[in-house]
Order: sequence, then C-alpha cells, then structure tokens
Amino acid sequence: MNLNKEVLPLAIVGGGPAGLTAGLYAARAGIKAVLLSLPGGGMGAATDWVANYPGFPDGLSGFDLVERFRLQADRAGLMFITAHIDQIRSNEILFHLEGSGERWVARSVIVATGAYPARLGVPGESEYRGRGVSYCATCDGPFFRGKEIAVIGGGDSAIQEAIYLSNLALRVTVVHRRALLRANQALQKIAFARPNIVFRWDTILVDISGGENVTTVHLKSVTDGRVESLDVQGVFLYVGLKPNSELVAGFVDLDSQYAIITDPLMHTSVAGLFAAGDIRNTPLRQFVTACADGAVAAQSALHYLERN
Amino acid sequence: MGTIKEINEKEFEQEVTNSTVPVLVDFWAPWCGPCRMQTPVLEKLAEEVGPKMKILKVNTDENQNLAQRFSVFSIPSLMFFKDGKLSGQWVGFHPERELKAKLGL
Repeated sequence: MNLNKEVLPLAIVGGGPAGLTAGLYAARAGIKAVLLSLPGGGMGAATDWVANYPGFPDGLSGFDLVERFRLQADRAGLMFITAHIDQIRSNEILFHLEGSGERWVARSVIVATGAYPARLGVPGESEYRGRGVSYCATCDGPFFRGKEIAVIGGGDSAIQEAIYLSNLALRVTVVHRRALLRANQALQKIAFARPNIVFRWDTILVDISGGENVTTVHLKSVTDGRVESLDVQGVFLYVGLKPNSELVAGFVDLDSQYAIITDPLMHTSVAGLFAAGDIRNTPLRQFVTACADGAVAAQSALHYLERN
Repeated sequence: MGTIKEINEKEFEQEVTNSTVPVLVDFWAPWCGPCRMQTPVLEKLAEEVGPKMKILKVNTDENQNLAQRFSVFSIPSLMFFKDGKLSGQWVGFHPERELKAKLGL
C-alpha cells in the first residue's frame, strides 16, 4: 500500500497522547486516518510515573500508558507511517506534508507534535549537554547512580523527576527561583518526605562548569544576591516547555511562546488544519488534556471533511 | 528497512576500532523514548549510505563498561568514529536532515 500516491482524508502528525487519541476517534468514526510519527511516544512516554490519568488508580509509567493508547488506536484501524514531518504547507485545497525525504498529500491535518523541554540559556548548559546536563530523567537517570544531582525548576515535571532521580542518586538538590513549588500537593508531599531531596528556595542557576564532565554549579540567591557553588555531577533542567511548531512556522498563527493558536474546537488560523495537545496554546500540558484535545480535533476534522 | 547490528564490548574492537570505514555508534537503551525515535532514522540512513559507512548500536544497559569508557551520560548518544578514533559526538534525538548535515552527507 503506497500512501504517498493517494490523497489521505486525514493526516495526523505526532505519536504522543494527543495524536494517538485523535487517531483513535477518527478511525472509530470510519475515516481512513494516517498517523505520521517516529516511534517513542513523545514526551509523555518519557514520564516515569503517571498518577493523575483517570482509570489507573495504581498509576503506571508514561511509556506503558502511551503503548496502551497506541494499541487501542491500532485495533481501531488507525494506519501508522514512520516519518519525521518537517514541513506542512497547502495549495489552498490540499495539504502537503514533507519529511524523511518523502511527501504526503491530505485533505485535512491534525498537528500534535507536542513540546520539548525549554533551555535555560545559562553558561555551560549547551557545552555540557550529554556530559552531565540532561532534560530527560527517565533516559539518563541510570547514568547518575550514587551521584549528586541538581534539578532546576519547581513545577510538576521538576518535582516528579526529582522524586524519580532520588531513587538513584546519592542526593538531589531542587533549585527553585521561588519560595513555593508550583507542583501539585501530592507530589510535594512525596518530595518533602524524601531524606535525600533537599531544596534551595529563592535560588537561580547561574552557570554550569567542570572539566570534561560537569563538576559544579553556581547558585545565586534572589533575596540577597549571594552566589554559592554546589558540587554536582548531574544537572536536570525542567524550566518549561517549548512547542514543536517549526513545521508550521510562517503558515499557521502562533502565539508569543510559539504555540499554535486554536479555538475550543481546535481550529487554527488555517481551515482544515487542526492542532491538539502540548503544541497549542493550552493552559495545561498533561496526558488527560492532550487526549481530550485529540478527541475534539478529530471531531472537528470530521465535520470539516463532511463540508468540504 | 533493515535492522541495525547490536554490538557488545567484546565486538567493539573488531567492529569499530579496526573498521576500515567510518562508524556511527548509537548508544541507546530500551527504556528511552528519544532512542526509539532515533532508531528508524538510523535504519533509513544505513540503507542510503550502504557499505561506505557502518552504523551500529550499543545497549548501554547491557554494556555499562562501554558507556563508562565513552562517558555516556545522556542517551541517545551518537558517536562517530573515523580510523577507530572518536571524531564527533551528538547527544539527543537527531532527525535525518540534521544528522546528515553533521556527518557531511
């Protein structure tokens, strides 16, 4: 079956929770939907433990949850293509998706390419990437067994992954620029009870330094301006998310944070193109919100296909 | 697409150090999502470059000594060997276009 040669009714780009749910709904509605992505399950799959997705009272790993989404969408009849789409454009009638040296044509598109961890931009951060600086605790945590780690940030991701890392590391120092965490109370409770998680409140990361690998970070108090050094081998940064919107830059309206602007029906500035999940201007970037977006986007795509 | 050969510590010398062609080694682990994204990109690349370059995988879970020897702290880590010597190292997922640019392809 060569899907490059035909006009697809609906192409879904991105294989995380939003894209897989959109695919599930579209396939169950009888639409010949194709999901274009690389395997891996996106950022959700890199979450070590998901305790707030309803229906799983014992929690489960992000990896397992995404795998369940994939299996369910597959059983519903969603078609999968392994490709990394790097550009989406249209000729007013049809959408052209390009990537991995190939091209696909579709009548409608749902963009669900998610987000990636933001860079803080401090000296040493890019130089020491892969030599102590990391943005993925589940990927890289095992390389820091018995070591000293700093986690930068105070949101759900930072605290969730600090807890995960505390199972491996000697000690985890959470560096947060405020005096209160943004993370939910359930996570805070677990983190505060861990003897090897310590907190540096009202503190920012100034720089990351070392020899071949990271050995030291400099921390600055935002209250009195005092700078101190802390010896660590690992620095994990959870300072927000950046939408993966490059593939539609200059084509679809984005907000100041580069998120795709949508209305509540997941319509974007381009008719026939919808966005779902972390890629859009959403107030919450969670499994459950990404899935909900995916369902709404699929429904809107169906309506669009009926009318056009 | 063909699968990429997995090598272990014992085979490293023969497959990488003594290779007559450049070798790209993907340090990865099964629990790592970005590593799973990288695999099909490498499979496609291997097919395109043919015998002029070798592409191999090292499971860091099963080969911790190799991971330590090359100071792997993040995966995927792509290491490029020319004449048996490390000449480039790139961390994190790399789409085809970026990877080709780094490899000068």
